[in-house]
Amino acid sequence: MAKLPTKNDSNQLEKSQLRFLTCGSVDDGKSTLIGRMLYDARAILDDQLLQSRKESDKYGTQGNNLDLALLVDGLQAEREQGITIDVAYRFFETKARKFIAVDTPGHEQYTRNMVTGASNVDTAIVLVDAKKGILKQTKRHSAIIQLLGIKTVILAINKMDSVGYSEKKFNQIRDEYAAFAKKLPELDFVPIPISALNGDGVTSLSKKISWYSGPTILEYLENINISDEIVFKPPRLPIQWVNRPYSNFRGFSGLLQSGLLSVGGSVTIFPSFQKSKILEIYEPGGKVIKTQAGNSITVTLETEVDISRGDMIATDSHPPYVADKLAAHIVWMDKTSLLPERTYDIRFATSESKAQIVSLDYKVDVNTLNKHATKTLGINEIGYCKVSLSKPVAFDSYRDNKFTGSFILIDKESKATVGAGMIDYPLRRASNIKWHSMEINKKSRSLNLKQQPLILWFTGMSGSGKSSIADQLEQVLLTRGHATYLLDGDNVRHGLNKDLGFTDQDRVENIRRVAEVGGLMVDAGLIVLACFISPFKAERSMARELFGDNEFIEVFVDAPLRVCEDRDPKGLYKKARSGQLKNFTGIDSIYEAPENPELHLKTENSTIDELVAVITAFLESRL
Amino acid sequence: MTPLSHLKKLESESIYILREVAAAFENPVMMYSIGKDSAVMLQLALKAFAPGPLPFKLLHVDTTWKFKEMISFRDKTVKELDLKLIIHVNKEGLKKGIGPQSHGSKTHTDIMKTESLKQALNLYKFDAALGGARRDEEKSRSKERIFSFRSATHAWDSKNQRPELWSHFNTQLNTNESVRVFPLSNWTELDIWYYIRSNEIPIVPLYFAKVRPVVKQNNQLIMVDDARLRIKPTELVENKRVRFRTLGCYPLTAAIESSATTVDEIINELKSSQTSEREGRLIDHDQIGAMERKKQEGYF
Repeated sequence: MAKLPTKNDSNQLEKSQLRFLTCGSVDDGKSTLIGRMLYDARAILDDQLLQSRKESDKYGTQGNNLDLALLVDGLQAEREQGITIDVAYRFFETKARKFIAVDTPGHEQYTRNMVTGASNVDTAIVLVDAKKGILKQTKRHSAIIQLLGIKTVILAINKMDSVGYSEKKFNQIRDEYAAFAKKLPELDFVPIPISALNGDGVTSLSKKISWYSGPTILEYLENINISDEIVFKPPRLPIQWVNRPYSNFRGFSGLLQSGLLSVGGSVTIFPSFQKSKILEIYEPGGKVIKTQAGNSITVTLETEVDISRGDMIATDSHPPYVADKLAAHIVWMDKTSLLPERTYDIRFATSESKAQIVSLDYKVDVNTLNKHATKTLGINEIGYCKVSLSKPVAFDSYRDNKFTGSFILIDKESKATVGAGMIDYPLRRASNIKWHSMEINKKSRSLNLKQQPLILWFTGMSGSGKSSIADQLEQVLLTRGHATYLLDGDNVRHGLNKDLGFTDQDRVENIRRVAEVGGLMVDAGLIVLACFISPFKAERSMARELFGDNEFIEVFVDAPLRVCEDRDPKGLYKKARSGQLKNFTGIDSIYEAPENPELHLKTENSTIDELVAVITAFLESRL
Repeated sequence: MTPLSHLKKLESESIYILREVAAAFENPVMMYSIGKDSAVMLQLALKAFAPGPLPFKLLHVDTTWKFKEMISFRDKTVKELDLKLIIHVNKEGLKKGIGPQSHGSKTHTDIMKTESLKQALNLYKFDAALGGARRDEEKSRSKERIFSFRSATHAWDSKNQRPELWSHFNTQLNTNESVRVFPLSNWTELDIWYYIRSNEIPIVPLYFAKVRPVVKQNNQLIMVDDARLRIKPTELVENKRVRFRTLGCYPLTAAIESSATTVDEIINELKSSQTSEREGRLIDHDQIGAMERKKQEGYF
């Protein structure tokens, strides 16, 4: 078990480090609290103090006194607006311990930054303004803290000076929080009365709160056990890097996320289930016989096994899950909402895959902790989802291991981190469909038809000319003896996709189905002409990935909005402009133009014949 | 079982970051500024990839105004450790004669450091650049991610940073975008010195006190490193026992009076110090928010 820190500064190297988070509502005084701790711990140096005094005169909210928050708020915009936007990391030490204080924003639109801070800390301080009591943000942050696996929080009831250091007020807020915390069974809390502004209860107790006999915030932080339970969990070594500088050395490097490893120990590699024994272990300082969680190590194995980045070294007795489907809580972090059926990149401890949210079971209202049915998740929302992966991956549940039980989702186009997931448990595929290998395949079918099957994907705004060009092209191809089929947006929406509307998530599903159908037709040996506005890059690249090399020809049918609107063959622009039609591409829904289409047709000043000739010339090289 | 000491924890985290960069990017590079932080980062990288060689090159953006001892230390280190080093100088700036004294610290830093760095990153098409900056150095740095995303024009969008959760770094980029990666993000100045002490890492002798010729300019002690330093007739060159807490362009880096000649003495001095190491960096004090503005423009 972890020892209590010694009160001796003689050996610097033996100090332990505690990472803690501060959160709470806007203006509850988070930055002031950290500023106070830094100030009292003498971690603020003279020149920094001088600079903050300069800024205090300019932006300060404390009259002639130094505004402690300005010691912490590091961005110009934060100092100007007097709010915290992003996570700040501050460092200080006492005789007992080293601390990293992670100061997180209270504003709702920066909740994702709070989640970022909460993912890497040992404990958290939730601030409450004694005047205002428990607010919506207090609850939201507490729910996030529990979700991210923090077991104990300090409930710092701040601004006690503004309520006359009233014990009654303190008890009232404590009881209100206790009632709410019942809904968060895994969260324990320690209430402490403080005034960050004056220092009471932060680093020392004062007569003003003589009715309080518990620890100060700093005493509490100095004395809590830093969890070493991770060392007693089964070993997990996600491989980052294969170190092969010369032929007789083959090392596997990574950070041991849990457990112990020792030379001679039996290990299994996941997800391949190969077995071996540990030959050598290298810590940063050199060769060792055994090592514990937290160390960045390199191991060599007794036998030659095939291991690459993304694999996990663990043991057979306590294996990780290996699955291609899982259930998880997801915190959404992007302005663009989560779209079920859209494919995202997913990143686990070191392995990567593609992921689809196959069902969105519910979202959590973090104020009431009630569950609500939903079709999407907006920024800062938390949902419970089933996720399907493109290949089996080794992982744990989040409650067993934070680092091997979590993932992030990355948008394939913007490359932004859009979601964070905490795994609940693995799932078996609903149906274990195995590909039946047939005697007749795409090659034999296309030989019979004497053509190279492919799909021409016409994308562009309504009225750009997709259908007119495709219609004429199909006639030309038919007279040349080709077997073809034209898939058109309107036709498909009367049948296959008649259950779908025009919201973003329905558009994504529309394209997914059409792409799958197109894939079957190409497999049948046909030349497919698909005409769909298909406004999003992500879905077009998803469609492209369903086809083989050279099978997917993206044709960008390009006309300026004003030209399309003039043509308006179906009278739709008129309706959209008058507000009768919602989510219309080009009007109130965006069109993301292709960057590298195989063909780019500008239709404003060309005839249909000319454009069809461009396509046939292109196809002649392929067919 | 005792938990890892904070220094082991920091070492381990930094090595994890270095390995991620080597594994996930196509063309990474390590910025080498010759100072104590670079020395620690280099040591960590050597450990991360041992027994193999470093899987990336080093890049030194030379403003041509560095201390002479820095340059000789750099060349010796590269030779002894058999490293691959790229030295980049902004040749246009050099041709125009840009310097810290003639053009002021802001113009000099913009052109010979920030612009020069961008030139080098564009020229070699590096998609990830490792830097030795720490969050405790300066307030805007304390807000920066470990993997800090840069647009195609190398700009840092402080209000729209990628969330960074657990140890799952998003290493994906679109064309021409890049990241700056800071493996020492969670180290403090003292941690750097403890690590230098316990690993016996060689550092530039300028960090240790010695009698050196200095002149007081704007209330700061500037070392007379070569004949280019402009000295007014009213200013007096004196021999003083001084050392440097950080190293940069010599006319912009102030010395402190000190008698610390060993790492232990430096540590004791720092523990009782009441000023930050960047106090001696004149470029930070141009205006309120100076560092944040420089970073948005592409400064490291």
